Amino acid sequence: MPQFTSLKSRVIALPQADVDTDQIIPARFLKVTDKEGLGALAFHDWRYHEDGTPRPDFPLNLAESRGAQILLAGDNFGCGSSREHAPWALVGFGLRAVISTSFADIFRGNALKNGLLPVVVDAATHRALFEERGRDATLELSVDLATQTLSLPWGGSVTFPVDAFAKRCLLDGVDELGYLLGHEAAIARFEAERPT
Amino acid sequence: MTAPRTLFEKVWASHVVSEEPGCPAVLYVDLHLVHEVTSPQAFSGLKSRGLRLRRPERTVATMDHSIPTRPGGLAMVDAQAQNQLRQLEANCTEFGVELHALGASTQGIVHVIGPELGLTQPGMTVVCGDSHTSTHGAFGALAFGIGTSEVEHVLATQCLLQSRPKTLEVRVDGALAKGTTAKDLILALIAKLGVGGATGHVIEYRGEAIRALDMEARMTVCNMSIEAGARAGMIAPDDVTIDFLEGLARVPQGEAWDRAVARWRALPTDEGAVFDRSVTIDADAIGPMITYGTNPGMGMPIGARLPRPEELSDPAARAQLEKALAYMGLRAGQPLLGKAIDVVFLGSCTNSRLSDLRQAAEILRKRKVAKGVRMLVVPGSAAVKRQAESEGLDRVFLEAGAEWREPGCSMCIAMNGDELTQGQYAVSTSNRNFEGRQGKGSRTFLASPLTAAASAIAGAVADPRPLL
Repeated sequence: MPQFTSLKSRVIALPQADVDTDQIIPARFLKVTDKEGLGALAFHDWRYHEDGTPRPDFPLNLAESRGAQILLAGDNFGCGSSREHAPWALVGFGLRAVISTSFADIFRGNALKNGLLPVVVDAATHRALFEERGRDATLELSVDLATQTLSLPWGGSVTFPVDAFAKRCLLDGVDELGYLLGHEAAIARFEAERPT
Repeated sequence: MTAPRTLFEKVWASHVVSEEPGCPAVLYVDLHLVHEVTSPQAFSGLKSRGLRLRRPERTVATMDHSIPTRPGGLAMVDAQAQNQLRQLEANCTEFGVELHALGASTQGIVHVIGPELGLTQPGMTVVCGDSHTSTHGAFGALAFGIGTSEVEHVLATQCLLQSRPKTLEVRVDGALAKGTTAKDLILALIAKLGVGGATGHVIEYRGEAIRALDMEARMTVCNMSIEAGARAGMIAPDDVTIDFLEGLARVPQGEAWDRAVARWRALPTDEGAVFDRSVTIDADAIGPMITYGTNPGMGMPIGARLPRPEELSDPAARAQLEKALAYMGLRAGQPLLGKAIDVVFLGSCTNSRLSDLRQAAEILRKRKVAKGVRMLVVPGSAAVKRQAESEGLDRVFLEAGAEWREPGCSMCIAMNGDELTQGQYAVSTSNRNFEGRQGKGSRTFLASPLTAAASAIAGAVADPRPLL
């Protein structure tokens, strides 16, 4: 299981709201049969020109984005399709955390299973982070999962919610499938007791 | 006496295998639907851990997303799609999964064949690596999309780890007028709630307008629950549901049927049960709807004018609308009626069932698709295709100048070569108008089958009501 403890990184700012998973990775790239190598395809149609050359002004392509592990995204990030290829592509690009005011349900679950931490902040903090990032392209943020805190560049920190079990999985590398397999006896009992 | 419970609460409670403090529930899955796109990595995961399928008989696979809709089989799609389809076939053989493969008489879009075969039943939990799994909620099942890691979990354990969602009651009072369909109803609801408006919630659709819908229309409504961000959408089973199911291939038979019906009758939300949120909409106030932007929440009555960014106070919403209008090549304040289009797509898990085809055919009969407009009609399953042909609907479409295709997801997701070219406009009965959804650079207007058919004839966005 992918783990997550803490990180300090530069920030890529993508302010659009309602970024859907078709933008994160277009459907024509879903004909693969493995998870690897999707990083180059992340945000493909926003990131590259028709001829395949990068659009220099797209946030992921900016010089200061190189090596950045945090995406500062607009509201309701990851809506639409259930494709887990979306977090595979984002992690493949090198991202480990996404900050937004809200995440679509399926995307959030998929992200957590791949060591990509969804960090939910309130609207005022969200706005202030975009403003600060607008002033300082080399802005760095720190995310700590154990304390569920995001350190703010102007001092102090905010806490963010994380499902307790998902937190344990990320911190300790608990294998979710292993946990489920451990319930075999309970599952068998449940099946035996069901009405037919 | 137990406290009054909602439909969702009853289905949820009857599937919790175990729930430990600080952990999500272990939720049992009755029916796991599988397709080629979101399963290969899950099967690979099983193989690498040396696991088998816990309950292959509760797992049903079909080919739908990347298959060709022209006759000719696998050779009609690219090598990568062929490889993915072959891998599904190999995985189903190796793990003993029932597969409705390309060319099979039971093949079709996963959310069309589940209900059609009677696999989807009230009170079940249904999952699939596909967000439109919410479709099956039309039967009073708790049905939702999952990611590929979760597909692997279900294959291995028949269970999922799930945190309990909240409940949202959507009450639809009144009645839909002639020319206004379930698709218009759900587009109006999504426009009201917004694409993230139901995040974290399971919707239960209630009210007289919902009760008046047939099963296929209910599926259209539940199908698009995800487009408002909902985890699932549900409709309580009633006589309409039970009549639909009776006699289907995979429903319980004989005494088991009677016992099942008795259980299903107990599922509807109890009087006095409480929802976390409630929304009411008036069906009488809804007319044909169309989307103008790049998410399904950007919808409006078909005769309306596009919103103007300057009328929006929130800067983020303003920027989003400006971006959407620029992508769509549209001007603020312009009407959509009369906007010339290139393609009409009638199909997808939202609107590819027999009633959808009948509605469109009623408009197209003895009329012609406008010159220069390409219309694709893609039935949702092989069974829908056969039935439509037995009624002569294929002749209606062909004589009107439309293409009559083999079943599949086709131009809804544009993975199989059925796609719009850069900048083309389509009126589409599918569920998503995201940038590039119907092909790179595609511009989609989502609408009902009636509106799609009327627009095909006009060669432009058109209101279907004058043609009825």
